[in-house]
Amino acid sequence: MPAVLRQTGFWALVAFIVLFSVFPFYYAILTSLKSGTALFRVDYLPTSVSFANYAGVLSNGVFPLNVLNSVIVASVVVAISLFLAVTAAYALSRVNFAGRSLLLLTILAVSMFPQIAVLAGLFEIVRAAGAYNSLLSLIFAYMIFTLPFTVWVLTTFMRDLPVEIEEAAIVDGASPFTIVTRVFLPLMWPALVTTGLLAFIAAWNEFLFALTFVSNNDTRTVPVAIALLSGASEQEVPWGTIMAASVIVTVPLIALVLIFQRKIISGLTAGGVKG
Amino acid sequence: MATLKLTGVRKAYGAVEVLHGIDLDIRSGEFVVFVGPSGCGKSTLLRVIAGLEDITGGTLEIDGEVVNAMSPKRRGIAMVFQSYALYPHMSVYDNMAFGLTLEKAGKAEIDRRVREAARLLQIEPYLDRLPKQLSGGQRQRVAIGRAITRDPRVFLFDEPLSNLDAALRVQTRIEIARLHEGMEGTTMIYVTHDQVEAMTLADRIVVLNKGHVEQVGSPMELYARPDNLFVAQFIGSPAMNVLPATIEATGETTRVKPQGGALVSVPVSTPTAAIRQAVHLGVRPEDLTLAPAGGDGLFRGVVTLVEKLGEVTLVYLDTGGEKPLTAKLAGDVPLERGTTIALSARPEALHLFGSDGRAIRQRMRLAA
Repeated sequence: MPAVLRQTGFWALVAFIVLFSVFPFYYAILTSLKSGTALFRVDYLPTSVSFANYAGVLSNGVFPLNVLNSVIVASVVVAISLFLAVTAAYALSRVNFAGRSLLLLTILAVSMFPQIAVLAGLFEIVRAAGAYNSLLSLIFAYMIFTLPFTVWVLTTFMRDLPVEIEEAAIVDGASPFTIVTRVFLPLMWPALVTTGLLAFIAAWNEFLFALTFVSNNDTRTVPVAIALLSGASEQEVPWGTIMAASVIVTVPLIALVLIFQRKIISGLTAGGVKG
Repeated sequence: MATLKLTGVRKAYGAVEVLHGIDLDIRSGEFVVFVGPSGCGKSTLLRVIAGLEDITGGTLEIDGEVVNAMSPKRRGIAMVFQSYALYPHMSVYDNMAFGLTLEKAGKAEIDRRVREAARLLQIEPYLDRLPKQLSGGQRQRVAIGRAITRDPRVFLFDEPLSNLDAALRVQTRIEIARLHEGMEGTTMIYVTHDQVEAMTLADRIVVLNKGHVEQVGSPMELYARPDNLFVAQFIGSPAMNVLPATIEATGETTRVKPQGGALVSVPVSTPTAAIRQAVHLGVRPEDLTLAPAGGDGLFRGVVTLVEKLGEVTLVYLDTGGEKPLTAKLAGDVPLERGTTIALSARPEALHLFGSDGRAIRQRMRLAA
């Protein structure tokens, strides 16, 4: 195949992938800026710009509260997951104890169960603990899928840190906690940022648990709140408001990813090749 | 400043024992080098002393106090690692100050000790840099500096030069020797597989093999009077020639007949019962000299290979034995492959080992 054709084919494929992944979001933005009956016309370029939908969704009493709930839940989940994962990773990568690999496999196995399979059981636990209808129930439930991969990624990463550095710290008189906080953590920023961000996104987007464990409008998180947005009447689906809300909750994620972009790239490769 | 006493120190990983009862006394201020082939347990022994490995059996005393269960820090040791093991995210200054910071030493005190060590090692200009901005030699100096600032009772070096290139290795070796002179009374233990480092740095060398101590002694003692075949062949380069031989006559001096060589007298006394016994005759390549033309010499053979290194010429001689004989002749010796030559050696330069590999001592050397 001639080089020109191969080049063209390659870029056509790239263009298709970009279009495929970006178009839905682009169309959401487009729709969120429309109003009235324009919503039901198919346009690929903005015709008129109106921020009425944004004003509407933000002035709707509970939506800002829902965003705040999501921020709280996702942040707390990330903080607790990373703390537990870092301390667990130290033990799993550096302390020799019987059943270590079995434990690692068990942790991984936890993420094997589909959410729907554990939903009923979890619901019982949440209710028994008196956490029903509170953000605590979500924080607890989200750990189930954030911890397995944070523990695994950080264990792999920590295992690749040179043993001599730890031994030098031991000789220098550092306790295990000092080693983790003052020697290992600074070296693990890329991995922490990557896993933290993935955990944040997972918690931010979660729908099923959020729908089941919380029934109160004030304590809902964003994905459920958006799904339950209703129009003036039963028959009207408020597409404009839904799209505006979607854009509002997607922008923080995009911003986070862009900010930490360089760290993520080094983090994703750091486990494989020692830098 | 500190004495070390190891009594029957054993180390096992599960069922595999790697140190089989090491007994060793190290005097205060001594520079001791552990040397041996890879897998002999020298690094494990160092790590046991450091406290990075638990002791399976026996006792380790520092200054008369049993430290078996003590943390590395409380043992008062500092260690320099082969891979430098600097903290990558800390500046040179912080690397050197880290141990003191953990001890909660005062800021002024830390600063004084870090700068003093930096001056000693000539790394003052790099104090603000990160390890990755330094060359290998500079990094190793920082690692040594980090050990110095902690003012340890015992300094441990784990093959500190093996990651450096040849020229830098010689230079750093000399610096370590100077450092030891400058730090009077600090006991240093150094692990290496390089016998040149061992010979040049050590007050005493401990030769280890398969988890046992083969011999302890000054470099010259090990060179001149090896206790056994292992030490004889490990110390010295190229290795000592060892030939199977038979005792032909016993008495004040022993006459032996080496394989592929002439009958020779070795100034060692053996009992009458030893006659006809199989022994090993050892002679160092550098103790062999070219016999005068037409003379018989000790060994006759055909030159199979000549290697000219400038200051010496290595000659490999096929004497009809299993292995060729190596001779290290001074200067540039005009020899060609295929010629037949004769080599001789002074009787005092010959070593005799029993069939068990233990040295049969030469009286003359014992007296000396």
